[in-house]
Amino acid sequence: MATLLLAEHDNKALNGVTAKALTAATALGAPVHVLVAGQDAKAVAEAAAALSGVDKVLLADDALYAHRLAEPLAALLVSLAGGYDAIVAPSTSMTKNVLPRVAALLDVMQVSDIIKVVSPDTFERPIYAGNAIQTVQSTDAKKVITVRTASFAATGAGGSAAVEAVGAQADPGVSSFVDESLAVSDRPELTAAKIIVSGGRAVGSKEKFGEVIEPLADVLGAAVGASRAAVDAGYAPNDWQVGQTGKVVAPELYVAIGISGAIQHLAGMKDSKVIVAINKDEEAPIFQVADYGLVGDLFAIVPELKSEIAKVKG
Amino acid sequence: MKVLVPVKRVVDYNVKVRVKSDGTGVELSHVKMSMNPFDEIAVEEALRLKEAGIATEVVAVSIGPAQASETLRTALAMGADRGILVKTDATVEPLAVAKILKAVIAEEAPRLVILGKQAIDDDANQTGQMLAALLGWGQGTFASKVVIDGDAVLVTREIDGGAQTVRLALPAIVTTDLRLNEPRYASLPNIMKAKKKPIDEKSPDGYGVDVAPRLKVLTTAEPAGRKAGVKVGSVSELVAKLKDEAGVI
Ligand SMILES: Cc1cc2nc3c(=O)[nH]c(=O)nc-3n(C[C@H](O)[C@H](O)[C@H](O)COP(=O)(O)OP(=O)(O)OC[C@H]3O[C@@H](n4cnc5c(N)ncnc54)[C@H](O)[C@@H]3O)c2cc1C
Ligand SMILES: Cc1cc2nc3c(=O)[nH]c(=O)nc-3n(C[C@H](O)[C@H](O)[C@H](O)COP(=O)(O)OP(=O)(O)OC[C@H]3O[C@@H](n4cnc5c(N)ncnc54)[C@H](O)[C@@H]3O)c2cc1C
Repeated sequence: MATLLLAEHDNKALNGVTAKALTAATALGAPVHVLVAGQDAKAVAEAAAALSGVDKVLLADDALYAHRLAEPLAALLVSLAGGYDAIVAPSTSMTKNVLPRVAALLDVMQVSDIIKVVSPDTFERPIYAGNAIQTVQSTDAKKVITVRTASFAATGAGGSAAVEAVGAQADPGVSSFVDESLAVSDRPELTAAKIIVSGGRAVGSKEKFGEVIEPLADVLGAAVGASRAAVDAGYAPNDWQVGQTGKVVAPELYVAIGISGAIQHLAGMKDSKVIVAINKDEEAPIFQVADYGLVGDLFAIVPELKSEIAKVKG
Repeated sequence: MKVLVPVKRVVDYNVKVRVKSDGTGVELSHVKMSMNPFDEIAVEEALRLKEAGIATEVVAVSIGPAQASETLRTALAMGADRGILVKTDATVEPLAVAKILKAVIAEEAPRLVILGKQAIDDDANQTGQMLAALLGWGQGTFASKVVIDGDAVLVTREIDGGAQTVRLALPAIVTTDLRLNEPRYASLPNIMKAKKKPIDEKSPDGYGVDVAPRLKVLTTAEPAGRKAGVKVGSVSELVAKLKDEAGVI
């Protein structure tokens, strides 16, 4: 049989995490079909069809899926599940919401956040904020899997799969969409960025985030992240939070500024290729994972760093 | 309206867990255990609904070994009215937890169930969604705001890129995110009072739920370590290293 990969998108564009989850889905060894559930999402389906190794794209285009509420989307996935050995999705706030619902309806124990496919039924996943790695084997006939996308390289373009329409399923009728407020930003998304500049509690205010952290991110073409302490204090929006209970990232370069390095924060960034830490306390735990550490006051260092980098970049 | 709050006993978030040298799991003996932090937030939210005159009773339930009754006592000391301990020494996966909770709900008939979004030990982030599925109820996961509105609940959810508000018919499931509220500390008099509050003891068998795990844990290993790098003396040295040595800018 085949593997069904649930695409992440915003009805307009396919999110890059889908191509990363495709790499994990392909490793299961069966042909991969991608499900695009959305409204006016034809362009998304076409982008998915162009990914290398995709066998077929299913497009469920209906107002019911415009915001991908868990209840109707789970009903759709369950209606399709009969034809698949595995249902796979990149781990995002959307799929974390819907996939366990699908798993329970199929009476399957989901394997969350896999970081490696050992064999079609055996996977590695982190537990305890990444302080231990479990190898688990699923004994369920059908597998339901979310993929930690920071651990997989993206599959490239080169496919030309057919796009097939699938009809909407009946709405379970227990939930409805009210509204949504999405931040608009010209910066790259955290989970897709090659470089991330993150600020912690020491930044001190929302204004200072804007004056000190964001300009450095902009010269680097980086996304902006934050520690939980910075988010809780209102210096940065919720979805900038990096860590065990925020986003897990693995960019080429991660710059941690005024962040102490609590295990919950490290859980979200310690697989970054190069880590830079700027902290005035030379004993701060963040230095234990940093490739390059600079001890000192962030308010003096960061503006200087920004202008030095601007010079190098010419 | 009755509110049910499932609370899980987990390794305290301050503990740095160690993998057992034989790869059979993590060292759980002699480590400090506490209530899962997200569940404290769930208890707090339920108590606020009671204080606002919306909830009439707050019932805490935990599935786990005898010591999970300590976690229930914590919930009772915060202000929950009574507890239910579903006692088992077995490993219970989220699907089995959800099945047990479904059976508890059949007896208790709550209008709202508030869970944590994830337990900080297994980080599975599944139980609430699975429970909603088994009951056919709506689910408001990763909640940052919960407002009861007649026969429905409005839940504002933290999603990638911002926030989303959904309206769910009651009864419904809510799972808490970090910023829903700041949980209270139990006062000493309330800790004393909690000792007298009732905890009912049940078993998975009594509910007719098969808790046999579906996932086999083959090994548990230490993650690949990261070695500490170097401290640089100046910004220009840092920029030079990033450019020439690491090649990332
Ligand atoms: C259930 C749970 C989940 C959590 N999840 C997450 C998560 O997902 N992500 C997360 O980040 N945290 C998470 N946390 C919180 C985590 O435990 C820490 O509290 C948090 O990461 C600390 O943030 P911080 O490093 O910004 O602040 P602090 O620990 O206060 O560190 C501030 C640092 O700034 C340095 N500093 C101060 N002034 C200056 C200056 N002028 N120049 C340079 N350096 C300076 C200090 O030396 C210090 O090291 C979680 C906690 C719990 C209980
Ligand atoms: C001593 C012991 C050892 C264990 N060892 C392992 C092991 O090695 N590997 C393994 O995979 N599992 C193990 N488990 C089982 C595991 O800890 C969880 O109970 C189960 O996997 C649920 O996953 P989760 O907590 O990550 O679920 P999540 O879906 O992350 O939990 C979300 C929410 O569900 C509720 N909830 C979850 N569990 C309970 C509960 N038991 N009681 C009440 N509410 C609950 C809470 O509100 C929680 O915030 C062990 C359990 C015990 C007691």
